[in-house]
Amino acid sequence: MISFVKRPQPSRGWTIATPVLAVLVTMVLGGVLFALMGKDPFVAIRTIFWDPLFNDQFAAYSRPQLLVKAAPLILIAIGLSLGFKAGIWNIGAEGQYLMGALAGASVGLALYPLDAWWIFPLMVIAGALGGYLWALIPAILKTRFNTNEILVSLMLVYVAEQIMASAALSWLRNPEGNGFPGSRNLSRIDAMSNPELIAGTGAHWGVVAAFGAVVAAYVLLNKHLLGFQIRLTGESPRAAAFAGVNPKRLVVFCLCTAGALSGLAGLFEVTGPAGQISIDFGSGYGFTAIIVAFLGRLNPVGILLAGLLLALTFIGGELAQFMLGLPSAAIQVFQGMLLMTLLAMDILVNYRVVVKKREVA
Amino acid sequence: MDFGSINPVILLASLMVASTPILLAALGEMVVERSGVLNLGVEGMMITGAVCGFIVAVETGSPTMGFVAAAVGGAALSMLFALLTQVFLATQVPSGLALTLVGVGLASLLGQNYVGIKPPSVADMPIPGLESIPFFGPVLFQHDATVYLSVIAVVGIWAFLKYSRAGLILRAVGENHTAAHALGYRVRMVRVAAIGFGGAMAGLGGAYISLVRVPQWTDGITAGIGWIALAIVVFASWKAWRVLIGAYLFGGITVLQLNLQAAGAKVPVELLSMSPFLATIVVLVVISARRHGASNAPAMLGRIFHASN
Repeated sequence: MISFVKRPQPSRGWTIATPVLAVLVTMVLGGVLFALMGKDPFVAIRTIFWDPLFNDQFAAYSRPQLLVKAAPLILIAIGLSLGFKAGIWNIGAEGQYLMGALAGASVGLALYPLDAWWIFPLMVIAGALGGYLWALIPAILKTRFNTNEILVSLMLVYVAEQIMASAALSWLRNPEGNGFPGSRNLSRIDAMSNPELIAGTGAHWGVVAAFGAVVAAYVLLNKHLLGFQIRLTGESPRAAAFAGVNPKRLVVFCLCTAGALSGLAGLFEVTGPAGQISIDFGSGYGFTAIIVAFLGRLNPVGILLAGLLLALTFIGGELAQFMLGLPSAAIQVFQGMLLMTLLAMDILVNYRVVVKKREVA
Repeated sequence: MDFGSINPVILLASLMVASTPILLAALGEMVVERSGVLNLGVEGMMITGAVCGFIVAVETGSPTMGFVAAAVGGAALSMLFALLTQVFLATQVPSGLALTLVGVGLASLLGQNYVGIKPPSVADMPIPGLESIPFFGPVLFQHDATVYLSVIAVVGIWAFLKYSRAGLILRAVGENHTAAHALGYRVRMVRVAAIGFGGAMAGLGGAYISLVRVPQWTDGITAGIGWIALAIVVFASWKAWRVLIGAYLFGGITVLQLNLQAAGAKVPVELLSMSPFLATIVVLVVISARRHGASNAPAMLGRIFHASN
């Protein structure tokens, strides 16, 4: 008879071991899925996890992509992790990402064709502000009216998608684009572009910002009173109330920090890798970042590693799609299964497994 | 704005069709939440139901088999959530999100060979006698069986929760799982059953979209309806008849905005498309502001049950 006994404290060893274990188990489950689809599971797993980094033919292209894809995931996940730690569920990062990109691009394009050094920094500020304000909506509704932030932040994703579409089709449409939807290509305008800083690494300003966010979050959580309050609120809201934590301030801080970071991610994407505002600008980074935050155990360093891993699944997934005809939805399922496996394994962190003989009545 | 080109009878009849998926999914989720479980995976279960129903209906040629398969598919997916939250004691919010991520991906994977196919049409089932009443006949009594079923489900679930012993146990589990456990009720079993029912209902709702409402298969066909269903449960403060009102309200907004788009109203299409979501936010705010926090929510909603001995 197996039973679970709650641990007084979450196990530190299992906290670190379970994400690694979850990745391995998901590789096995993913292999089964790929085999069911008629693909050789070993080839598929190798194509996703090994070839983008080490295959002679593809690595030169794929390796720089790792940082390009990981940067937005890490930026967004760092912001989300603060809220998740405190039990504040912002699941609308995708919308904040879109609005950041839109706000930044709008400011830049309003100044077109002006060429000045301060335009890009101004766009960065506008991008962060765009995400910040979009996240402020669920934050204010939560603090003023106690409205559920999960549902409001998610509804705003659909609203943001429509605003994005309208921008690409009308008010930000490239006047010299022959009527095609989509804005001017920002990455080709010197004053507005977010170029690769070190050739061949993929590192653009978003990567710099992502590393900055990791360091800042680490300092905040470990050395700052606010970080302590976030952790305390998550572990024991009652104790936090006695310790003088202002829960409303915390809600606004957590939601809006995540919003600003998501907005930044969007801005760096629209001025760099994506290049322009388009109808399908949203690529699901805001949702994948939720997986990154959990896989990284809501810990800044963990998120850095998890962000790189999930970025690898994106790149490897594209490669597998190209090489093996593996549909991109299979990677989506794989990423979802990774989160599920991890959540299932959390039981090892919070509970002790006890095997005992059933007593005779 | 030109409302003249919109026929009120057709508008109201299509309102019932547009509301049915939301109603089915929201009813299922309400039962799940009354048992104390918050399953945020409605969107994932709906779209899985939509694709399962579509595939089986196309392959067998029978929409009825399609609906059965959709309910089975939705329930099967929900069992993953039950496994996570009831066996592995995982936190419910991320588990539900994971379920949606897996469901959306899985549906896209299963449906990739079915894009652009027309499913067998679902026959209307006019109610004899009642269908010929002027105005009310075409609005209320000339629909397919699922529409009637969804309305009957409202009454059935209301009666089940209010009058049956099983419904009482379900509510007890949702209000105080420790007390229910002490009385000898099997908290986990009740919750697993509720989760399965919620999955089946979400699956039916999804199939109604892919077989009747749209009728075809495209990726992301549910387009956020599962999330609106979740909001409607809050709006309805966990009461079956108010779920009906909520679902019809949102069906109404959806139909109206689609008709306005078609009528070429001088409002940007994007603004119309986002209106159901904006309306959801407004309604959530009004509901939560009025009750000053102390809502009707089941007391154990989202809490993990772990019998310590």
